[in-house]
Amino acid sequence: MSRRRIRLQALRIAIFALAAAFFLVPIGAMFEFSTRGIGVASPRTLSAWAAIPSTPELATAITVSLELALITSLLMLGLLLPTMVWVRLRLPRLNRIVEFICLMPLTVPAIALVVGIKPLYIWISLNFTDSILTLSFAYLILVLPYAYRSLDAGLAAIDLKTLTEAARSLGAGWGTVMLRVVVPNMPAAILNASLLSASLVLGEYTFANLLNYENLQVAIQYVSLVSAGTSIAVAVASLLFAFVLLMILSFAGSRRRRGGRVVPAETPIAPVATVPPSLLAEGS
Amino acid sequence: MTAAGNPAFNAAARPLGGGRRLPLTWLGVVPFFIYVGIFLLLPTAIILAGSLIGPDGSISLSNFEGINKPYMYKSFTNSIEISTISAVLGAIFGALLAYAVATGDPKGFLRRSVMSAAGVVAQFGGVTLTFAFVATIGTEGFVYLWLQQHGIEMYPNGVWFFDLPGLTLIYLYFQIPLMVLVFIPALDGIRPQWREATESLGGNAWHYWRYVAGPLLFPSFLGCTLLLFANAFSAYATAAALLTQGGVIAPLQVQALLTSETGSSAPGLAKALALAMVAVVLVVMSLYALLQRRTSQWLR
Repeated sequence: MSRRRIRLQALRIAIFALAAAFFLVPIGAMFEFSTRGIGVASPRTLSAWAAIPSTPELATAITVSLELALITSLLMLGLLLPTMVWVRLRLPRLNRIVEFICLMPLTVPAIALVVGIKPLYIWISLNFTDSILTLSFAYLILVLPYAYRSLDAGLAAIDLKTLTEAARSLGAGWGTVMLRVVVPNMPAAILNASLLSASLVLGEYTFANLLNYENLQVAIQYVSLVSAGTSIAVAVASLLFAFVLLMILSFAGSRRRRGGRVVPAETPIAPVATVPPSLLAEGS
Repeated sequence: MTAAGNPAFNAAARPLGGGRRLPLTWLGVVPFFIYVGIFLLLPTAIILAGSLIGPDGSISLSNFEGINKPYMYKSFTNSIEISTISAVLGAIFGALLAYAVATGDPKGFLRRSVMSAAGVVAQFGGVTLTFAFVATIGTEGFVYLWLQQHGIEMYPNGVWFFDLPGLTLIYLYFQIPLMVLVFIPALDGIRPQWREATESLGGNAWHYWRYVAGPLLFPSFLGCTLLLFANAFSAYATAAALLTQGGVIAPLQVQALLTSETGSSAPGLAKALALAMVAVVLVVMSLYALLQRRTSQWLR
């Protein structure tokens, strides 16, 4: 028995060590690369990092991507959350249809969806605006499956019917119900959905590139043609930023325990575990 | 939107519905359906319809004949090849890692951090991921140079990194964490009592894996492998960043058709190709759902 335990422990340690090497070395190497000097024997330098703000292309792209992330998250909450609440309360028979539609983007690869959405964007840019912020509309479709999963988990954890009936019988309008009853009762799920959306948007490449917009990932690639060091520095920075976002998420997910049901500690990946995540994520 | 549509809808429905509130109830979901109608269902319909409209404007299957060319065929087989290899390798290594995680403390720090990290890394892709590998084993990379200093040449037979083998290796970086995420629920479903039962009946480790745990885990393992396949098959950004040569795999072929002049003269072809990709993913995902359902029978 104990021999088996020792063998198992040895195996586990070996697996973890190999995995750590495979997953951490590339990130470390990226950092190492971004601090290299110009010459062969030149000392370490942070000049590539210092060059980020003074590369206007990057500064613009970073701002634009952050705006896109914010707009997409807000659009997602504004469109999806009221619909899900309404369907649960008043139109339960539509539940399956809404779920099906929300999970649909998983079976349509982003690269295929972009083919169908391109005529739409040509039309929008000719008739309305060619602002890059219109990309949020397409991004909302990309984040639907993840947002749906986490909001679904959040709504399942609260007694929506009783809460809304109580609020309505006390004279609250639907706006009050949404903003002051539903939202405050599921902060973890809302944060989860927003941060997943934001991190997906920050890493998105397919749509922006093929619809000829320059978001952060596209800009990183352009800049890499001129200055590899600077673009890799931005890549590391954006990666660390995504890490921080998702760490906030897992922290908030495990700390918030409300409404009687414990939000699982692994909230960030909870929607992922049941649904293929990176079908579109990698399309990013 | 709701306010604008409200009176018209109401006036139209009143006489018919006899004052019932049903139409008003339906109004609540109208914005959502309009939105997905425009940005999800319409594009899907455009792909579907566009692939069936030939260059002369008539309904035909000529676009699909366009796929039946050697270079198109090659890009699809390349796609299927790297998706299969990266799915199988990712599934094996991912299952091992998942096993190492699942045999630990279920509430421990290690498990929590591995799962969080896997959630991040499975989403990781594209330009950044490609840079990470270029900085590691590219010809200017950290590991490459380090090995070179120690007298080891990583690419004695030519640099394979900027080609399909390199792409497969990079795909493993997000395939393995994805496998960990989707396979762990199945491993968690395995009860220690089953092993004890096997032992009390005189079975050894081989018997346990061959006759108890193996058959139970296999459908899930297979299903997860299919999921990984679909994941790799849909991936575009990583390949676009790594491969300088266009059209090597199916997503790059779609890109080439979308961006080049030939794309605008044969718009149906891009749609037919997109439809073919959707079809492959749809088949694979349906099989995955089927196998997942089978697994969930004993999971809880």
